[in-house]
Amino acid sequence: MTTASTLLAPVRDLAAGPREFFDRAAARLAAGARPVTFYGQPADDPASLTLTLVLEEEGRLSATRTAVSREKGFHALTRKFPALHAFEREIFEAHGVKPHDHPWLKPVRFSGPEPRQMDRYPFYVVEGAQVHEVAVGPIHAGVIEPGHFRFMCLGEVVHHLEIQLGYQHRGVERLLLQREPRALAPLVETIAGDSSVAHAWAYCDALEALAGLQAGPDVEASRALGLELERIAMHLGGLSGIAGDLAFLQGAATYGRLRTTAINTSMLVCGSRFGRGWARPGALRPGVDAEKAAAIRAALALLARDVAIVNEHLLSARSVQHRLHGVGVVRREQALEIGLVGLAARASGVACDARASLPGDLHAAHPVRALTERSGDCWARTVLRIREIDASIRWLGGLLDAHPALAPSAAPLGALAPDTLAVALREGWRGEVVHCLETDGQGRLRHYAVQDPSLRNWLGLALAVRGNEISDFPICNKSFDLSYCGNDL
Amino acid sequence: MFGALKVRISQGRQYIPDLRRVTLKGFRGLPAFQPVPCPEACHACVDACPAAAISVAEPPVRLDLGRCMLCGECAVACPEAKLSFSTGHRLASSRRDGLVVGPGVAAPPAVEVSAALARAFGRSLRLRQVSAGGCAGCELELNATSNVNFDVGRYGIEFVASPRHADALVLTGPLTRNMAAAVELAYEAMPEPKFVIACGACAISGGPYAASSTLDRTFLRRFAPSLYVPGCPPHPLTIVNGILDLLGIDLRGPAR
Repeated sequence: MTTASTLLAPVRDLAAGPREFFDRAAARLAAGARPVTFYGQPADDPASLTLTLVLEEEGRLSATRTAVSREKGFHALTRKFPALHAFEREIFEAHGVKPHDHPWLKPVRFSGPEPRQMDRYPFYVVEGAQVHEVAVGPIHAGVIEPGHFRFMCLGEVVHHLEIQLGYQHRGVERLLLQREPRALAPLVETIAGDSSVAHAWAYCDALEALAGLQAGPDVEASRALGLELERIAMHLGGLSGIAGDLAFLQGAATYGRLRTTAINTSMLVCGSRFGRGWARPGALRPGVDAEKAAAIRAALALLARDVAIVNEHLLSARSVQHRLHGVGVVRREQALEIGLVGLAARASGVACDARASLPGDLHAAHPVRALTERSGDCWARTVLRIREIDASIRWLGGLLDAHPALAPSAAPLGALAPDTLAVALREGWRGEVVHCLETDGQGRLRHYAVQDPSLRNWLGLALAVRGNEISDFPICNKSFDLSYCGNDL
Repeated sequence: MFGALKVRISQGRQYIPDLRRVTLKGFRGLPAFQPVPCPEACHACVDACPAAAISVAEPPVRLDLGRCMLCGECAVACPEAKLSFSTGHRLASSRRDGLVVGPGVAAPPAVEVSAALARAFGRSLRLRQVSAGGCAGCELELNATSNVNFDVGRYGIEFVASPRHADALVLTGPLTRNMAAAVELAYEAMPEPKFVIACGACAISGGPYAASSTLDRTFLRRFAPSLYVPGCPPHPLTIVNGILDLLGIDLRGPAR
């Protein structure tokens, strides 16, 4: 099977001189190429840093790289293309190589060793006698992950929000390089635990490409089953959270128990409510026999029926409409400018869905249409979840028709191709998950770069709350539902 | 109005009547060990384990649930099918060394009821959860304990926003250095009497992150947990039953 969402290239084919690299990057970004990732890694020459840029253009991925002087740094692309802001901040933080003229060169995840570094975030300051600041976190009111939010307000209105992350930094990328490359899946599944299948699948794609292995139709179908169940479950969880923050408690309770149905279906198939153990390199681990297939179909039928009932109740409630319409708006131009991905981008009218734009054989046989909303507000992000749940339930019906049973299998993974880069994308429920694996001359992993969609989307939340009342922040936050650990790694 | 009724009717009865006596379908839980000898010098399970939870250096094989991610890789790797995983979810222990299982030690010993904790919190327990590097898995399952299915509120157990209102600190994640100060602050802010619950392999031992240089686990060295809840993430029933055991609560579900 082929898939357009995985790129495999010998490292030597990627190299370009710095001038050529930056000129070509600027030209293609200006022409509408979408930045997928941009990262740094140590070069053979200790005085240099290797930069790799991956773009998506007309249904295919491309990668180029160059080496820049660590001392001199490079001119930031962010000034012209703000969508690259997080990547260049990350490069500076991780390697100390400066992207000159970067307008917002702030820490991404505080990966340094100092014990009190979290106290030293360079907050933007809004000045004025009537301006006040509200600081929230790192520990929040609910049972969620930590992060610090600082609101600069005039009265009740938020003029600017800064989001300080890094509390969850636990050194994932470094650990990934210390272990046997074929056995990383359990660790990969904890990069963002609510997107375990998406991350594990992207890892499998990249590793299999390096090993010269092509996943068969049943293997891909099995992984897609896990991924869409994850999407349905997390969207239901998101709707439960939004309803809870609206004090629409019947919705919170009902979406919550429907999520239980979805995750218990995952547990029935693979042993874990979070799809852990579902995707493994070269393998189809959780078989689906006739009995399990019937249970999955029954669960999907129950979801289709009961979700529709609660949807109608939620969306027709005046209180819900009033609280969601026009709140937390990210305009389409803003979404494009800052490079939002996934659900948040689609809610602002940007059709960004790797299942549709980079289909492999699986999504060619079972197409997915990128669903979009136009208003870019909390309403759009809520309604889009509902539409995507419906679409995934229907899509899984078609998939199960084509693959009524999935028999376990395991193909041996051979040696990894030497000096090769593999980049794999999978569209998780939040957005695109990107895994970049590179081997050295002996076929050992030289570099592993992980990217959760949250890295791209946190700035979207900051923009969404501008001009809103501070009391609307919980709804805005829940409507994005971003990962802290996925950002912090 | 009719919408609300339709939702209510579709909802039916969702709560699990008796959380103390539930059998799960499909859950990969308590490991089991077949009485077959390991091949000479075989360490396939040790190599497959992502969290260094298994030791075979001295027979018999031992598995530390305080590290185990319940991923099942060891069972796949074992050439003798010695290891397997049952659906057992009663995994919690009040002692760290109680989490080590193997041939002859089929499951962690029953959680010891703490008379002091039972007296103080047996009828009302308020929990403050703090994530310090958690991946959202433990957080979601802790949230699930309060949903309509598990409804731990029926036992007077509830998560609260302020540590000032909390009786126990529920820690998730491997305790990152960047969260060390905040964890200390939260615990200091809690009134006495108070205790710590370590939820998930990461909190108990560092889990798959134990070897990371970005952790600061000194808090746990000073304040040993009263309850260890294994899993990656732990199933809500593992969490709920662990707490109920610790507090000596064994009420049957309400009569219907």
